[in-house]
Amino acid sequence: MEILMAIIIGVLFATATYLFLSKSILRIIIASGLLSHGAHLLILTMGGLKKGAVPLVNDIGVSVTDPLPQALILTAIVISFGVTALFLVIAYRAYQELGTDNIDKMRGTEENE
Amino acid sequence: MNNLVVLPILVPLLAAVILIFFAKNVIVQRYISALSALINIIVALILVREVSEKGIQKLDIGSWPAPFGITLVSDMLSALLVLSTTIIGFVVILYSFKSIGKQREKFYYYSIIQFQIIGVIGAFTTGDIFNMFVFFEVMLMASYVLLVIGGTKRQLRESLKYLTVNVISSAFFVIAIAMLYSVVGTLNMAQIGERITSLNEVPGILTVIAVLFLIVFGMKGAIFPLYFWLPGSYAVPPIPVMALFGALLTKVGVYSIIRTFTLFFNFEQGHLYEMLMILAIITVIIGVIGSIAYWDIKQIIIYNIITAIGVILYGVAVSTETSLTGSVFYLIHDMLIKAALFLLIGMIIHITGTSNLRKFSGLIKHYPTLAWTYFIAALSLGGIPPLSGFVGKMLTVQGGFEANEFIGSMIILITSILVLYSVMKIFIFGFWGKADQMYVSKENVSYHALLMPIILIVVISVFYGVGAEAVHSFIAQAVEPLINPEIYIEAVLKE
Repeated sequence: MEILMAIIIGVLFATATYLFLSKSILRIIIASGLLSHGAHLLILTMGGLKKGAVPLVNDIGVSVTDPLPQALILTAIVISFGVTALFLVIAYRAYQELGTDNIDKMRGTEENE
Repeated sequence: MNNLVVLPILVPLLAAVILIFFAKNVIVQRYISALSALINIIVALILVREVSEKGIQKLDIGSWPAPFGITLVSDMLSALLVLSTTIIGFVVILYSFKSIGKQREKFYYYSIIQFQIIGVIGAFTTGDIFNMFVFFEVMLMASYVLLVIGGTKRQLRESLKYLTVNVISSAFFVIAIAMLYSVVGTLNMAQIGERITSLNEVPGILTVIAVLFLIVFGMKGAIFPLYFWLPGSYAVPPIPVMALFGALLTKVGVYSIIRTFTLFFNFEQGHLYEMLMILAIITVIIGVIGSIAYWDIKQIIIYNIITAIGVILYGVAVSTETSLTGSVFYLIHDMLIKAALFLLIGMIIHITGTSNLRKFSGLIKHYPTLAWTYFIAALSLGGIPPLSGFVGKMLTVQGGFEANEFIGSMIILITSILVLYSVMKIFIFGFWGKADQMYVSKENVSYHALLMPIILIVVISVFYGVGAEAVHSFIAQAVEPLINPEIYIEAVLKE
């Protein structure tokens, strides 16, 4: 199971890297989404997959799955959700103002143009 | 347990929420933000006194005992950084009154400034590595908004790049935390340190994790080769925001490197410290080349941030008591003086209407106070005794020589002359020379209202330098847990 997860995470990272290297802003935003998905799955895998019972208090002393990674992922998902939303809004505004979504045409600052 | 630890985060949080309700009433906003910043300085002063008297203070949030819940820890280093953050916040808010413009003030500018300060102070205070990520995100989210607020073309363009870079580095942060968690099985920074120290043999993966952390914090702190985004992004926002970014954001990255490298990755294997040292030296050189090469006053000061980061990290990489004392000294000095310098060149830009050094001269004739304030700040940055830059740099270099790192120390000594040249260049070409041009009159730029906060922060930095003897006892206390991480670990995990 861990190996399967590792492959999925690797594919996500590779796709994200490929998309980050493209010139369209929209693809870059999708890439940031994929990259954070990969990172979240990595937390889940690193916490150990399916090792014990449901993490509820029990008297029997059955070992339980570590609940902490799930809490971490929840936090990280909310944050990446917020950042992606802001990213989309700024990209849209930039498209309106600059008239392009091509990163190549956004080079330099006024001083060194 | 001490509730004081969380107060420097709560005061700006409360102020930020209240400020949202007064979005359209600029005057009320100004009073509330200045007042809350002042209260926060007092809180931070009390915190520093408390820490200096009683040692490291901590607060377990929700009374969950230390390794299980989130712990906020205030040792001397973080308390001092919190104090400097609050001072810079106060000064920047005062400066914003007359320079940021009604339009931005009505669009939640002051509120976002408070959120920014929450993020920075939180990252300095937290004792939990995942919580540090969360505070980083609070800080970054506020910085995205501050960078883009106003919505000019160049701001939008640079915001996109800044966002992309930081989204990637945040993903790396999560990855690094995930891998660290799989190795040590805890998130509490003290316990991570304890568990790594107790390992007989350090697994190789820890070196990988250390490098991942170095990439994440290096991206925030703009060390070579990850500084590429900084000169473009920092040049576009309005001056007070630029001062806030230049003084605080990169320093959070540096603080995190200091904290993680002294607490977690203090093992000898893996050549981590050599790598950090080489990167620090290259950072210094790159920064100083940039600051000499440009004739744009914004870029000169921005590249000086990169130089300073290199100097601080050099002290960390040498990692003796003397060099770490120098680093901490220089870190706080640099926060204060960078804020002052950014605000000063902001005033020059207000007066002359340009940031190109070739297009103005002779400012000293009509603006003598501005000129001499700039002169003191410039000398201080260059490290002329008895001003504040001197002590930090001297101790850093001394530590380097004591550890037989001659090449690096010599490079830092030589570059500090070039740093002085780069800022004196502005003084020589901008303030001296023929005063033949007509500039905006003093009334139109509200000269005194803008100069007052700058003089305040320059005076603080002068006292920081002249009173180095008095400050030194605090710095020494801040360095103790960096040299002996057991002090930090014990203070957090006891009871």
